[in-house]
Amino acid sequence: MKSMMKPALFLPLLSMLALTACGEAEPVIPENTSDMVTNYAAIVSASYTDSVTAAKDLDAAIDAFAADPTQANLDAARQAWLDSREPYLQTEVYRFYGGPIDDEDGPEGLLNAWPLDEAYIDYVEGNADAGIIQDTSVEISATSLESLNEQGGEENIATGYHAIEFLLWGQDMNPAGPGDRAYTDYVEGEDNAANPDRRTLYLTTTSDLLVTHLESVESEWAEGGDNYRASFVSESPEDGLRKVLTGMIILSGFETGGERLQTALDSGDQEDEHSCFSDNTHRDMIQDVQGIQNVYLGTYTRLDGTKVSGTGVKDVIAARDAELADKIEAQIAESLAAANAMETPFDQEIASDNAEGRARVEALIVSLRAQEDLLEDAFRLFELDIPVAE
Amino acid sequence: MMCTHRHHERSLKHCSKISPARLALPLLAILFFTGCGREEQAEAWLEDGERLPGGEATNTLLFGRNAFIRPAENITPEHEPMFYSGNSFFNQAWVEAPASTRNRDGLGPNFNARSCAACHPRDGRGRPPESEEEPFLGLLLRLSIPGENAHGGPKPVEGYGDQLQPFGILGVPAEANPSVTYKEIEGTYGDGTPYTLLEPVYTLNDPAYGDFPDDMMVSPRIAPQVIGLGLLEAIPEDRLEALEDPEDRDGDGISGRINRVWDIRAGEHRPGRFGWKGDQPTVEQQVAGAFLGDIGITSPLIASGECEGPQVACAESLEAQHANTEDAAERLEIQDGNFERVVLYTSLLAVPARRNLEDPAVRQGKQLFLDAGCDGCHTPSHRTSADASLEETRDQKIWPYTDLLLHDMGEALADGRPVHDASSREWRTPPLWGLGLVDAVNDHTRLLHDGRARGFAEAILWHGGEAEASREAFRAMDAREREALIAFLESL
Repeated sequence: MKSMMKPALFLPLLSMLALTACGEAEPVIPENTSDMVTNYAAIVSASYTDSVTAAKDLDAAIDAFAADPTQANLDAARQAWLDSREPYLQTEVYRFYGGPIDDEDGPEGLLNAWPLDEAYIDYVEGNADAGIIQDTSVEISATSLESLNEQGGEENIATGYHAIEFLLWGQDMNPAGPGDRAYTDYVEGEDNAANPDRRTLYLTTTSDLLVTHLESVESEWAEGGDNYRASFVSESPEDGLRKVLTGMIILSGFETGGERLQTALDSGDQEDEHSCFSDNTHRDMIQDVQGIQNVYLGTYTRLDGTKVSGTGVKDVIAARDAELADKIEAQIAESLAAANAMETPFDQEIASDNAEGRARVEALIVSLRAQEDLLEDAFRLFELDIPVAE
Repeated sequence: MMCTHRHHERSLKHCSKISPARLALPLLAILFFTGCGREEQAEAWLEDGERLPGGEATNTLLFGRNAFIRPAENITPEHEPMFYSGNSFFNQAWVEAPASTRNRDGLGPNFNARSCAACHPRDGRGRPPESEEEPFLGLLLRLSIPGENAHGGPKPVEGYGDQLQPFGILGVPAEANPSVTYKEIEGTYGDGTPYTLLEPVYTLNDPAYGDFPDDMMVSPRIAPQVIGLGLLEAIPEDRLEALEDPEDRDGDGISGRINRVWDIRAGEHRPGRFGWKGDQPTVEQQVAGAFLGDIGITSPLIASGECEGPQVACAESLEAQHANTEDAAERLEIQDGNFERVVLYTSLLAVPARRNLEDPAVRQGKQLFLDAGCDGCHTPSHRTSADASLEETRDQKIWPYTDLLLHDMGEALADGRPVHDASSREWRTPPLWGLGLVDAVNDHTRLLHDGRARGFAEAILWHGGEAEASREAFRAMDAREREALIAFLESL
C-alpha cells in the first residue's frame, strides 16, 4: 500500500492528460446545448401554466355543478376535465429525472396516479357501502384526503385527475362507451345513491387539491424565481441534457410503450387503461407523444394558440450527428401518427377479438420502442452514460 | 498510440496493456475513450469483465436516480414486452376488490404496502422509519414462535401468521402498530476517531387479534434493491456447494453454510438464495411470498393464506370481495400470465456498470477489501450456469460480491429467530453490487438487514462473528484507507 501514488498528486496528472488528449477532439456537448436547456425551461413553464389554467376551469365547472347538479352541468364538468388533460399530458415528459413533478416531495402521485382505488373512494358495483364517501366517520377535507392518500405508503389512491374522473363518470360498465354515473348521485333523494353531500364535498375538495398541486409545480418552473428553474438553467448544460433526454427515453419506451400500452395489450382487459372511466386513453397516448415532440423540436403551442419556440433537442443532436437527428424526428412523427390512427374507445381497440385494433396498438408500441432506441443512441453519443454523483 | 503523450511510468505500463479488442473499437469510441485517456487508465487494473458486474445483462445507460430500473441489456425481443408488463404490476398500486381494474384488485385485507414499488422505490431499497411516529414501510417484521412448520420453516404466530401487517383496507383493523427507537452505541477507530452506532429497539402496540405470545420472536427486514436476481439464481448449485465450509476445514475462521429451504414448486428442500436469511430458493417463490405476505395478493404459487384463524374481519372482507367468483383459479388475485411477468421482470432488472474507476482510491480500496479478507464471504465473482432458465442470464461472468451462504455474524446482529438451517446469529451474505447507487436512487444510505447502519462504515462496524477479523482490520485502518475502502464499495 505504501507504493500507492498519493491521490492528491495523481488526480491533477490524470486530468492534465485528459485535457491534452481531448483538446484536439470535437467537444462532446455542443455549444447550443445551453440554449436548448433555456428554451426547454420556457416550454416547461408555459405548459404547466396552461395546465393550471385548464385545472382552474375544471374547478369552476365542478363548483357550478356542485351548486346546481344537473345533467347539463355534469356534461360541462366532464368536458372541462377532458380539456384539462390536454396540456397536462404534454408535461409528462418532464418526469423521471427527479424534477419538481416527481422528486421526493413532488405531487405526481397525488395528481395522476393510477390505478385508482375506486372502492376506497365510493360505492362500486358489488359493494354499495364501499369507500370514504359512505364511511361517515371519516372527515372529508383537503388535509384528510392528503393524509388518507398516504396510507400504505403510496400517494396514489384517492386524489388527482383519475379520482375526479371516477367521480364524474363512474365505473365503466359499458362496452361501447364511457361510464355513465347519474347526476343524481349528487342529489338527495330516496332512489338516489347515498351520501350525495359527502360525494359533492369529495369532488370539490379533490378538484381544489388538483389546482394547488399543479400550482406548486408551476411556481418551481416560473421565470425569475429562486426556484428549481433557476438551478436547472445554471447547472452544466451536460446535466440539463441528461435530464431532458432521460425524461424522453423513459416516457417513450418504459412508460408509454411498455407499462401502459404493452400491459393493456397483454391483458386485453377492458379497464386496464389509464383513463378508463371516461374512455379518454387515446388522448393520453397522443398528448404524451406530443410532449416528447415539443421538447425534441423546441416548440410548444399554448392553449391560446401562441407558440414558445427556440433551440430543441434536435438541434443539439444535429450539431453532432445530423442523420441521427433526422431519424429521431421521423420516428417521433411516426409515433404521433400511429397514436392518432388508433380508434376509440381504446378499451375496444385492445379487445382480444379485435385483430385490427390490436395491430394498430402494436404499431404504436413498435414505433415507441424504436424511438426509445434512437434516443438511447443520442444519450450515448453525448457520453451521458458517464454518471455523476447526485 | 496515446502513450507518447505520457511521461509517467505507470501510464506507459498500462498503455502497453491495451488489448487487441480495445484497438478494434469503432472510431468513435477511440476518439472519446482512448482520446481522453480515461477508459484504459481505469481498466488496466480491473480484472476481466469487472467493469460490467452483470456481464452482458449489465445496465450501461442510465445511472443516478434511474440506475436500477433498466432491463438487462441483452434482454430478448420475446422477453422485453413481458418485462414492461411485469414492471407495470410491480410499480402500480393494488386496489381493493372489486374494482374496474380487475387485474389489479385484491389488496389486503391486511397488508404492509400497496405495491412492490412502495417498499422498493424505483426498484431500489427501503429504509427504516426516521421517527417513532413514522409508519413502517420498506421495513417489515417477521414473526414466529419456537418450533417448526411442516417443512422445517418458522412456526407462525396464532392470529398473526409469520409477518406483521400494519395496514388494513377500510373496515379491517391493522394487525398492530409497530414503532422503532434507537439506542446510541459509542466506539472508536484504531486511530482514536470516535463513531456512533444505532441499535434499534422495536415496540408493537395495539395488537388487534389477541395478545402476542410471550415467546414470540420478531425479526426486522429491510426491502433490498431488486437488481440482478436472475443472475444470482443462475449461479450453479454445485458452485454454492463448493463454497460451503460448514466445519471450517480450511481453518480461515469462516464457515459458510447453505440454508436448505422448502421449494414449493420443486416439492423438496433446495438452497436458499434470496432474503436476508436465505429464506427463499427461487425468484418465483420470493415474489409469490412477497405478494401474499406484503400486499395480500394470492398467486398461482401461493393460493391462500391472507387471513389468519381469528381474523374474522379479514375473512369476512375477503369473502365479500370475492362473492361473485366461484372458480378457485379465478379467485387468485394475480393470475398466471401476470404473475409470470412480474417474476420475469424481477429476474431481469439489470445491475448497473461500475463507476468512478479512474479514481485511484477505488483501486486502493479494492486491495484493502481483499487484504481485510472481506472476500471470504463477499465472493467477488461467479460464472452463471450455461443452462439457466432465462437465456439472458446464461454463461455470464458476474460480480455480485456474495457467496449466498449463511455466516455467523455475531451476537450484536443476532435476531433471535431461526429460519430453517439459519440460526439466530446467521445471515446470508448480501450482494454488494449496486449499493453505491442506493443514495442516488433512494436518497438514503441505510444498510444491513434492518437498516440500522447509516452508511458503509457503520455497516462494517456492525460485522461480528466470522467477520470479526475483517471488521477489526477496518477499525485499524487510517482515515484515508477507510475512505478508499468506502470509495471502492461506492463504485460497485
